[in-house]
Amino acid sequence: MTAVTDDLPVRRRSWLAASLRFARRQPLGTFGLVIVVIAAIAGLSAEWIAPYSPTANDFAAMTEPPSAAHWLGTDQFGRDLLSRIVYGARTALIIGFVSAFVGGFLGLVLGVASAYFGGWIDDVLQRVMDILMAFPLIIMALAVVAIFGTGVQNVIAAITVPLVPRCARVVRSSALSIREVPYIDAARTSGFSHARIILRHMVPNVVAPFLIMLTAFVGQAILAEASLSYLGLGVQEPTPAWGLMLQGGAEEYASTAPWIAIFPGLAIALTVFGFSLFGDALRDAIDPKMRER
Amino acid sequence: MSGTGADRPLLEVRGLHMHFPISEGILMRRQIGEVKAVDGIDFALRRGETLGLVGESGCGKTTTGRCILQLERPTAGAILYDGVDISTLSRRDMLALRRRIQVIFQDPYSSLNPRMKVGDIIGEPIMVHGLAPDATRRAARVRELLSVCGLNPSFADRYPHEMSGGQRQRVGIARALALEPEFIVCDEAVSALDVSIQAQVINLLEDLRERFGLTYLFIAHDLSVVRHLCQRVAVMYLGRIVELADCDALFDDPLHPYTRALLGAVPIPDPTIEAGRAFQPVLGEVPSPINPPSGCVFHPRCALAVESCSRVRPELRELRPGHWVACSEVN
Repeated sequence: MTAVTDDLPVRRRSWLAASLRFARRQPLGTFGLVIVVIAAIAGLSAEWIAPYSPTANDFAAMTEPPSAAHWLGTDQFGRDLLSRIVYGARTALIIGFVSAFVGGFLGLVLGVASAYFGGWIDDVLQRVMDILMAFPLIIMALAVVAIFGTGVQNVIAAITVPLVPRCARVVRSSALSIREVPYIDAARTSGFSHARIILRHMVPNVVAPFLIMLTAFVGQAILAEASLSYLGLGVQEPTPAWGLMLQGGAEEYASTAPWIAIFPGLAIALTVFGFSLFGDALRDAIDPKMRER
Repeated sequence: MSGTGADRPLLEVRGLHMHFPISEGILMRRQIGEVKAVDGIDFALRRGETLGLVGESGCGKTTTGRCILQLERPTAGAILYDGVDISTLSRRDMLALRRRIQVIFQDPYSSLNPRMKVGDIIGEPIMVHGLAPDATRRAARVRELLSVCGLNPSFADRYPHEMSGGQRQRVGIARALALEPEFIVCDEAVSALDVSIQAQVINLLEDLRERFGLTYLFIAHDLSVVRHLCQRVAVMYLGRIVELADCDALFDDPLHPYTRALLGAVPIPDPTIEAGRAFQPVLGEVPSPINPPSGCVFHPRCALAVESCSRVRPELRELRPGHWVACSEVN
C-alpha cells in the first residue's frame, strides 16, 4: 500500500481577486478602508500635503472662516486648520498604531500563555486582567498619565495598558479551544518547548480574531488620545493633535468661529468610524473562510 | 499480569487511575466530585505486539492513551515503559522518551496545524530533536517519510487544507514516524476515514509495523478493524478492563457478558442471517463515570448479575490461558 495518491488541484486566490471580492461584498468596509487610507496618506506625507506649517502663526488672519487661502479656516492663533488636521493625522496614527500594536501584542502573548498553561497561572493572570478591566479605558489612561506625566510616549503607554487585558481576554478564549486540538497534543508528544508550542502552533491560529481586534483598537486608541489631549493630559501644544485643537477652540469660539471645533471633530469621528467599519467588514470577510477550512 | 517469560514487556500499565476533578467556585475552588475516566486498569504490551483497546465512547480508552503519552498525569498507578515509570518523570527526563513514543490521532483535520506546510509539520520534530544536521538532510528525510507513507514527496510544499482526509492521515503517520519511534498509540486512527481509505491506512499501518518493528496500542471502537490488526484485545467498560484475550479467542469465544453483547451488536453483512439471529441488546444506558455503580460496574445491565455483583468488584481472572475476564459469574 505505498501507491502514491493522486494530486489534488491547488486552489489559490490572488490578492487582487480577494481585494475586489472584499470591495464588492463589503461596500461599507471599503468606505472605512478608504478613510483609513486617506488618513494614512495624510499622516505619512504631511510635509508635502499641508499648505502651511502647522505651527506657524499668522496674526493677520486669526479666526478666519474657510476661504480659498485657508480651506478650513484658521484658529485663534492664525494657524491653518487644514495643515493642523493633516499633521494631526500623523500624531493620531502614530499613537493609535503604536498603542494598538504594543497593547495587542502583549495581550496576544499573555492571552495565549494563559490559555496554554491553565491552572493557577491562568487564574492569576485572569484576575489581574479583571482588575485592569474594571476601570474604563479613559480612567485607566488618566491614572497612567497622572503617574508618569504627559507627552507622546506617556500617552502611548497610558493607552496601551488598558488595551492589554481587552486583547488578552479575547485571545484567551480562542486559544482555549485551540489548546484542546490534537495538533497541540502532537506537539507536546514530540517534546516541543512551551515557547515553541505557544509561538509556532497557537499564536498563528488565533491571528484572525486578533487582527480584527487590532483594527478596532487603533480606532479606540485614536479616540482615547483625542480625549486625553482634550482634557489637557495628552499631547501638549504646540504639537498638532485633534483633541488638542478641540480644547483650544471649542468652548470659546463655539458661536463665533465654529469651524475651529467642527473640522478636527469631524476628523476624529471619521477616522474612528473608518477603522470600526473596516474592522467589522474584515471580521465578516474572514469568518466564512474559517468555516470553509 | 505481565509479559510471560524472560522478555520484559515494552509497556506495562499497573493500576492506572485517571480521575478528573469537577470543581466549583471562582476564588475558592472546591471539588464537588470527580469523573472516573479510568478506574484501575492493568495491561502489558510485548515488543512488536499490537494490542487493541476497544469500548464505547466515554469508556476511558482515549484517556488511557493520553496517560501513556503523558498528556495527562494519572491520578494513581504506574506506567512502566521499558522498565521506567514514566508517570513520575519530569518534563526534562521525559524528553528522551518522547522520541520513542508517538501518536496518531483520529481526526485528520484537526491533527495538523493549518498554518504550517506539510514539510514543516513533519520536519519540525526532526529539527527539534536534532535528528538531521542541516535543512537539506531534513528535507530529504521529510521526502523519504512522505513516500514511505504513500504520498508524493512534492506534498511537502502543500498546506493541509489542500489535501484529502486520507492524505492528511498519512501526513499524521509520517509525522509520528519522523522521530523513529518504537511504540505508537493509534487513537482511533482510522475511525474518521471512509471505508475504502480506512483499508488503505490499515494496510499502511501493517506495512510500517513490519518494516520498522513497531508496537501499537490500537484504540478503536470498530471491532472488525481491531480483529484484522491486533494480536490481543482489551475490552473496556466504564473505566475498567472487563476482558483481555488473544484476538481470536476474544472474538470466537467471548466470556464476559459485556463483550458478548458488544460482539452481538456487530451487524452481519448478510440480510438472511441477520434477520434470523437472536439479538439481545444490552438494556439501559451506560451509567455516568461520575457516579459509577458499586461492585461490578456492569451489574445493573447484566443478564448474569447476582446479588454479590453489586458489592464485590471482580478482578481480572485468567479463565483460559491468556484469557482474562473480570466477572465472577462466568467460568
